[in-house]
Amino acid sequence: MKLIFERGNEGQALCLMPACDVPEVTLEGFEREGKLYLPHVSENELSRHYTEIAKRVHGVNDGFYPLGSCTMKYNPKVNEEAAALPGFVGVHPLQGDKNSQGCLEVLYKIEESLAEISGMDNVTLQPAAGAHGEFTGLLLIKSYLESIGATNRKKIIVPDSAHGTNPASAVMCGFEIVNIPSGADGCVDLEALSGAVGEDTAGLMLTNPNTVGVFDKNILEITKIVHDAGGLCYYDGANLNAVMGVVRPGDMGFDCIHFNLHKTFSTPHGGGGPGSGPVGCKAFLAPFLPGIRVNKKPCGCYTSGKAEKSFGEVKAFGGNFLVVVKALTYILTLGKEGIPEAAKNAVLNANYMQACLKDDFDLAYDVICMHEFVLTLDKFHKETGISALDLAKGLLDHGIHPPTMYFPLIVHEALMIEPTETEPKEMLDEAVAVFKELKKLAYENPQALHDAPVKTPVRRLDDVRAARTPVLRYNFE
Amino acid sequence: MNNPKELLYTKSHEWLKKNEDGTAYVGLTDFAQSELGDLVFVNLPAEGDPVTADEAFADVESVKAVSDVNSPVTATVVAVNDEVADQPALINETPYDAWLIQVTDIEDTAELLSAEEYEAFVENQ
Repeated sequence: MKLIFERGNEGQALCLMPACDVPEVTLEGFEREGKLYLPHVSENELSRHYTEIAKRVHGVNDGFYPLGSCTMKYNPKVNEEAAALPGFVGVHPLQGDKNSQGCLEVLYKIEESLAEISGMDNVTLQPAAGAHGEFTGLLLIKSYLESIGATNRKKIIVPDSAHGTNPASAVMCGFEIVNIPSGADGCVDLEALSGAVGEDTAGLMLTNPNTVGVFDKNILEITKIVHDAGGLCYYDGANLNAVMGVVRPGDMGFDCIHFNLHKTFSTPHGGGGPGSGPVGCKAFLAPFLPGIRVNKKPCGCYTSGKAEKSFGEVKAFGGNFLVVVKALTYILTLGKEGIPEAAKNAVLNANYMQACLKDDFDLAYDVICMHEFVLTLDKFHKETGISALDLAKGLLDHGIHPPTMYFPLIVHEALMIEPTETEPKEMLDEAVAVFKELKKLAYENPQALHDAPVKTPVRRLDDVRAARTPVLRYNFE
Repeated sequence: MNNPKELLYTKSHEWLKKNEDGTAYVGLTDFAQSELGDLVFVNLPAEGDPVTADEAFADVESVKAVSDVNSPVTATVVAVNDEVADQPALINETPYDAWLIQVTDIEDTAELLSAEEYEAFVENQ
């Protein structure tokens, strides 16, 4: 396909700029030295450009997208409608509380809702993504530990099944990582945890349900072990979709949590707009929160301010505000009954697919799962030569986005499947039939799977070349 | 699996080749490279760096994941294999020739297995 710079020609343009109504000035010493490369295309050509790109990608609007750990649920159109309201789109962050009452109400209401869903006391909407939320949450923990003089507490405990962002965020905050092995059931090994905590423990980062889709039944004991040692407990909200409205991280003993609005609360994933990773915390951490704190006065109006010992800002103003509007729309649409129902259906869908596939593929953990489950294709790979990657490529030819591959790292030839609650049974049945068909193909004609995909715009990619010599920008010369 | 008899192996899938001059080469086993898949990057220490038995001294990135490489010995790095750093695929192609580092002044060793013991260990994985 043509890139945007290969379309159009000099002089073609989208629109006429209004006449300049202020005097033109030249900023001496700041003149551009080289040519400014901008696309020159008409609106028609630009529209074709985006349509062509859209045809080459697979989104949840194109078909099944069971990408484990990512929760690729459908993004309701009503969210977009709310976020497009002129009062939200046209607001300026410096126009003052008096003229921003509606926006402050949004921030106040979603803080209230997220706090209730998570069992926390306060929430900041400022972080712009999940990992950014981790970083923010850990800064809260660090600020608190410094405030009580516990600067010797420098170690963050992370299980080996954790998302890679957990240790990365902790290191970015200046903590040291202590990795602990998971038990045979994929859950936290209590002995390993007890052995790892001590006077230097700052805290534990945990995802529950964990990355293999299992709810850790020892969760209360886990958070107690960490608290007894003087550490804090951080809840990675990556898998909150499985339990929202059913159990609360705050009640499990966690002190701090991030939410992935794009996973749990149906805002678009990367590429569909900016992200948002709000952070909730218990009251003792709230004085350190970053960003705007919104209060409601007895008269019903809202004021904004800062937390008393705020550690600063992690993003400008109220964060990615329009994403927050979409999430609030979702929460209000589903309400107190709909939120837990969505979680339960996510769990039901995952268990249905797991039950349909378990006779044909090995489960990494043969238990009732939560919102996702993990297949291990280790034996299958040895028998057929077909790896998890080959099977994933085969799915592409059937219009299905592959599940997450080779994660969690503790499972060999892993395929992590998360159907989400927004798929009907018919879709799950279709997908199960495709998995079974591909299994048959692996034994009968493995070469066909080594060659897959053959129906996609781009065939099998050279992963090594893509990683070693990526072409990241257009060369104008 | 063809693991050379003259090498020693760790449970974290590195090999150690002792040379007559007291130095040794360290690399990744055939099993490790096949589990990792196609390697795209290798981060090696610098000459003169100390390495510690059972602790990471390098990391390798495959199309699947980034993994630590542990040292079989406590020693000092005397040479790093730049060729492997430029062409990580050499580890996939010839794992027992593609050494990562050469070490000297070996003070301590991790638990090391013979080729047979290592094969038995891998079988049970």
